[in-house]
Amino acid sequence: MTGERPLEHRSPVELKAASWSDPHMQPAAKHPRFVERIIALTFIAGLALFALFVVAYWQNWSAWTLGATMGAGMLFIGFGLVAWGKYLMPRGPFVEERHDLASSKEEVEAFTNALVERGGGTLQRRRVLGGLLAAGLGVFSLGTISLLVRSLGPLPKLTLTETDWKAGTYLVDQAGRRVTAGQLSVGSVLTVFPEGFQNTDNGQAVDQTILIRVKDTSFTTVEGRSTWAPLGYVAYSKLCTHLGCPVGLYEKELKLLVCPCHQSMFDVEEGAIPTFGPAPRPLPQLPLYVDSFGFLRAQRGYDQPVGPGYWERTT
Amino acid sequence: MTASVGAGKTKRQQRAQLGPYGRIGKAVEELDERLGVAKGGRTFLDKIFPDHWSFMLGEIALYSFVVLLATGVFLTLYYVPSSAMTIYRGSYAPLRGQLVSEAYNSTVNLSFAVRGGLLMRQMHHWACDIFVGAIVIHMARVFFTGAFRKPRELNWTIGVTMLILAIANGFIGYSLPDDLISGTGIRIAYSITLSVPIVGSYLAFFLFGGNFPGTTIIPRFYTIHVLIIPAIFVGLVSAHLFLLVRQKHTQFKGEGRTEHNVVGSPMFPIFMAKTTGFLFIVTGITAALGAFFQINPIWQFGQYHASQISYAVQPDWYMGWLDGALRIMPSWELTGFGHTIPLEVLLPAAVFPGIIFGICMLWPAIERRYTGDNLMHNLLDRPRDRPKRTAAGAAMLGLLGTLFLASSTDVVANFFHISLNTVLWAMRILTVIVPIIAYFVTWEICRELQGIEGGGKRKRVNVVTLTPEGEYLAVPAPESPNDAVTELEPEPVPLLLESGSPDGGNALESGEDVEPAATGVRTVTR
Repeated sequence: MTGERPLEHRSPVELKAASWSDPHMQPAAKHPRFVERIIALTFIAGLALFALFVVAYWQNWSAWTLGATMGAGMLFIGFGLVAWGKYLMPRGPFVEERHDLASSKEEVEAFTNALVERGGGTLQRRRVLGGLLAAGLGVFSLGTISLLVRSLGPLPKLTLTETDWKAGTYLVDQAGRRVTAGQLSVGSVLTVFPEGFQNTDNGQAVDQTILIRVKDTSFTTVEGRSTWAPLGYVAYSKLCTHLGCPVGLYEKELKLLVCPCHQSMFDVEEGAIPTFGPAPRPLPQLPLYVDSFGFLRAQRGYDQPVGPGYWERTT
Repeated sequence: MTASVGAGKTKRQQRAQLGPYGRIGKAVEELDERLGVAKGGRTFLDKIFPDHWSFMLGEIALYSFVVLLATGVFLTLYYVPSSAMTIYRGSYAPLRGQLVSEAYNSTVNLSFAVRGGLLMRQMHHWACDIFVGAIVIHMARVFFTGAFRKPRELNWTIGVTMLILAIANGFIGYSLPDDLISGTGIRIAYSITLSVPIVGSYLAFFLFGGNFPGTTIIPRFYTIHVLIIPAIFVGLVSAHLFLLVRQKHTQFKGEGRTEHNVVGSPMFPIFMAKTTGFLFIVTGITAALGAFFQINPIWQFGQYHASQISYAVQPDWYMGWLDGALRIMPSWELTGFGHTIPLEVLLPAAVFPGIIFGICMLWPAIERRYTGDNLMHNLLDRPRDRPKRTAAGAAMLGLLGTLFLASSTDVVANFFHISLNTVLWAMRILTVIVPIIAYFVTWEICRELQGIEGGGKRKRVNVVTLTPEGEYLAVPAPESPNDAVTELEPEPVPLLLESGSPDGGNALESGEDVEPAATGVRTVTR
């Protein structure tokens, strides 16, 4: 170890803080061979465990065997190294002087002079050149960056306001089967999609609608929607108006739809107005009808954008 | 030169020719002739690191970053960043035959079919959780001891930037497997982007390459996660460490320690041995966690489908405060003039974190303006000696802690069988009052602690012995040299510091003696 050669300008200081005569250090100081042996043992244990790890990796043993051998090996070697540094090396403490980081007044002066006088002078005398240089770089970077950003994706246009629900669209389940009027018992729910879109990204992410059989007779959720819920079937957009999570929980005793993300609750009998939580708006309701064959279909699409709020959304 | 060494000479002559330091000496000489490494190198080997346990917190962060890089490189060898759908045909029976994305498929496969894969994935996830935690605790240490003060403001700012990047990259990283839980998180991120006034929908469409979910977000997140943020991070870590070496460490007050020196162990070999050992310990603990504690078992969650959702899921811990803020926010949406501003999203998820990180970034400037203290500080404060700063820090931790708790309102309500409504309102109220209570309680504790006689001194040990007669005796242990050490002996508090002196003077620096009234008893007038 480095004990023999003095550290020139890092002299041990006469502090009582830590020294070999410290009782806490004495076992190590009096019996360095003993400490050495302990550390040797930890290194041997580390070596053995690493060897075992290699075998485990080679033989493709279970993940916990790999982790246990590697982790324990690392811990043994780590503790051994720390003990080596702590008990078998000169303990100091050593002291180092700090030197002012700041330069002398003259150096600062010289630097500022070069920066302001030389640089400023150059630029002030050649304003046109500087301006041209800045304009060139500006055109290049601003133009390139804005075009690059623009090319990252399409403009939103109407995709945020429209869904694939149109007048007469059949309600289908995840597998594409049309939903019939007798399918759901009172109190049950089904996630439905517009027919033909159940396997598309937009159908899954935007069109998803939750169909609930609240009761077995037609009812009105909100004034003016008297025909929207035939035979007690009511359909709402499944996108939470808070952050767009699927509103996947239905509490059938209280007739509440609950969003599992941030616990917004919507009263399905009252047009899904939010009764609790951070959601600001009711879930848009899809007007339904039962056709002559008994299939559930949409009278028309949603009358407002589904999902969370955004700047262009009109009220 | 080296070629001539050894030809037809005895070993002794060879050694003599190499000089007293042998081959290493020769190598250093050759290197120094070309690069001049000796002078700076010696200073570096002699660099003094003060010995205090709290200086190890930053090392935990650094070494978990090393673990993250190593395990992360392993994962990139097998992970496929693609949303293209495929049929799962791997060894996990419950998923077999299901339609999954390449991202999900490759993550499940690297967990079950690649040797060591599951361990590496779990270590990567654990290392991330430890990483962010270590950064936060390290930051708290720096804050409460005033280590961010002049001349170290820049390093504090770099540190806060790294915290933000670490949180962002953690979120992006756990979104990569494309499982049901993380996919919901991405959807929330999309909706938050959408909520930004005026440009929100454009931002969201450019980021996601169209309407949610699209097929570009996974590959883009991958590039950000494995290339862009790590590259910035490596640069910032280097700058952080360079500034640390350049400005030298802070240290606690104590015998022989002044503003103008550093007392501790030298870089080589003592600190190097300890810190390398510590690297092994951090890696070892991460490996043990990865081996024995399951984390993010995505095969149980299933592939993300936009119309499906799971119940009672929480994000990783460092996102909890944001989720909590979203939950307790009232449903205020501004509408009018044909436009909508979703304040219920914008305020908690964009404005609020902006304010929090802004305060963190600017704290050194805020405090300097308030105290008028513009002096160089190399000695650390004891938290109790700066009650207002300590109280402010406690209030901040109280606020973030309460919000973190608020991210589990549904779990709390279920577990304790209380109404969700009660829990939500309790959280709203607590979010307001906990920081206030934390501020005043901490402030009061600091002031009480200041008055304790002998506070910060090591206590003498009393050994209790039982005599054969059955009598118990308390015998003071033999005096240890450490008994005299007053490592944390408080300096008299410069009265001007916290009362905001106009001239920025510091009683200590200007040489005035502010004597305590008696040992351990100090008059603090504020």
